[in-house]
Amino acid sequence: MKIIVCAKQVVDASEMKIDPNTKKPILAGLERKVNDIDKNAVEEAIKIKEKHGGSITVITVGESDARERLKELLAMGADEAILIPADGDYNVITELLAAAIKKIGEYDIILCGEASTDMFSGQVGPRLAGLLGIPQITYAHTLTVEKDKVIGERNLGDKSVTIESTMPVVVTVTKEINEPRLPSLMQILGSANKPIHEWSGESLGVTPKSMVETISLEGVSMKRKNIVFEDASDENIEKLVDNLLKEGVVG
Amino acid sequence: MVLVYSEKENIAYELLNKGRELADKLGRKLIAVVIGGDKDLAKNLIAYGADEVVVIKSPVSSFKAEEYADILKQVVEEKSVETILIGSTKNGKELASRLSGILKTGCIIDAVDVYLEDNKVYTKRVVYSGNAVALQGFNSKPAIVTIPPRLIDPLPRDDKRKGEIEEKEYKVKPSSSSIVKITEMQTDSVNVEEADIIVSCGRGFKNKEDLKLAEELAEALKGKTIGCSRPIAADLKWLSEDHWIGLSGHKVKPKLYIAVGISGQIQHIAGMRDSGIVVAINKDPDALIFKSADYGIVGDLYEVLPKLTEVIKEKLG
Ligand SMILES: Cc1cc2nc3c(=O)[nH]c(=O)nc-3n(C[C@H](O)[C@H](O)[C@H](O)COP(=O)(O)OP(=O)(O)OC[C@H]3O[C@@H](n4cnc5c(N)ncnc54)[C@H](O)[C@@H]3O)c2cc1C
Ligand SMILES: Nc1ncnc2c1ncn2[C@@H]1O[C@H](COP(=O)(O)O)[C@@H](O)[C@H]1O
Repeated sequence: MKIIVCAKQVVDASEMKIDPNTKKPILAGLERKVNDIDKNAVEEAIKIKEKHGGSITVITVGESDARERLKELLAMGADEAILIPADGDYNVITELLAAAIKKIGEYDIILCGEASTDMFSGQVGPRLAGLLGIPQITYAHTLTVEKDKVIGERNLGDKSVTIESTMPVVVTVTKEINEPRLPSLMQILGSANKPIHEWSGESLGVTPKSMVETISLEGVSMKRKNIVFEDASDENIEKLVDNLLKEGVVG
Repeated sequence: MVLVYSEKENIAYELLNKGRELADKLGRKLIAVVIGGDKDLAKNLIAYGADEVVVIKSPVSSFKAEEYADILKQVVEEKSVETILIGSTKNGKELASRLSGILKTGCIIDAVDVYLEDNKVYTKRVVYSGNAVALQGFNSKPAIVTIPPRLIDPLPRDDKRKGEIEEKEYKVKPSSSSIVKITEMQTDSVNVEEADIIVSCGRGFKNKEDLKLAEELAEALKGKTIGCSRPIAADLKWLSEDHWIGLSGHKVKPKLYIAVGISGQIQHIAGMRDSGIVVAINKDPDALIFKSADYGIVGDLYEVLPKLTEVIKEKLG
């Protein structure tokens, strides 16, 4: 079975600071990492490969320094990675992903995360499915892959919908679908020999344009008092309640 | 033309208010689409602001993004639609995204504001787990935007409004996926988004039964509303998903938010950053949640909660 995982490099928003003068978020120097849920997607790909055999290709559209982070996914168990250095909106990202996938040719399952932690759209998976003209199963919290079909349960909050699909298919997975493995030292060392290809839009024959332009980012800061009582003595609990009364939020 | 669609009736009414505003400014008609619905719904959509309702009679039953996107694509092309508003449910988001892939056009998910400038569509949306708001503009047509529920009130219902109802049948390419089962999930029908006081539970709780400690505190505070982090609802299923707060859950703004046994990961904070006063109870002095709290107690929740409930009862009577 040929499995493709789309993985994004994201900035770690929990480390983000807001510039007090410009009120803009400071993006420069922020650490980047693999989008959390994309590791669930890789884990699910490994499970499918363990059952049916085949190979796993990870594709990322992003900064050219993504190599290091792609190695993490190779160490987990992906067979090869493709890096497409580019920057752009969802049209650019999905056109490049689609072009790379078409170049790969044969594929059965494309796995994405339910959403990226920085942009949180959940757009790439279903958009790519539309572009490729294949079915989609989004927000899958379980996935069963059989020889000729894929069955996923979609978690919609108020109901769970079980979908059965032919292949090829795009599946977006939730955080709950599995627990991503931590690669062993042996796997980390072994992954050094796995290929990371670099493809460009030009070499793929596409030069997509951004259809949505980001004009500006406004920082949203949160001010809190940060008064912390170091233990749960009766006195501290009294003080806490007195403070809440003073704030006028209880009673 | 401006088009609105949601598979949820009440969300469609909300979208019609924004759609009306955009359509009037653009000097265009406002179309609502009903897929597999009835005429009564079409009449309601007119009463809430639509100029025209397209009722699709094609043989599709339950929601399937592949088929619904195919239908909307045909409506968009036939009616020269330039602006599309879709309700941001999980189904709505996958529908809008798929449609944008088919039409190769721009799409913005979860806009908290949509407006026009020089006839161009602009939106604002929350990014980086609530750390920033992005202002974005469309360079392509049609512009597809999804809008979260309850962000906009519907216009007052006006049964005297006039509009056209058109029944349509399109050829729909059948999807090669099928729905094999739908299971209703249990819900408690709580509305955390409207709650004044929320006691929110995280993985610091060891058993489902222990959540009653939080309930007792909520009751003493006369708040009664229990919230939770994602793992409590999604992994452990100790509470139904209507309690779930955060980036992928509900966004809340109570005057008092008490986070109990919650570590304070940014994806949780994203759902409660607009709270008035935040109190954190956590046994780890280095827990991130203290950075997002006004008041904190470092301690074991099994010791703190009963004591706190007792003192609150004493002081509030
Ligand atoms: C894309 C994405 C979306 C997400 N969306 C959401 C979301 O909407 N909402 C959400 O909540 N999470 C969300 N998450 C998950 C989030 O990153 C965290 O994993 C989650 O919030 C952690 O839940 P928790 O704080 O309950 O558990 P943990 O992180 O396990 O924290 C438990 C805390 O309890 C404390 N504790 C343990 N025992 C006790 C005790 N006896 N007394 C007091 N304290 C104790 C510990 O010190 C710890 O701080 C999302 C993640 C991703 C990747
Ligand atoms: N630049 C990218 N390169 C590869 N995959 C991506 C990229 N951006 C998003 N994805 C995939 O799409 C999913 C949803 O992202 P988003 O639409 O940004 O919420 C992610 O979990 C990834 O699987």
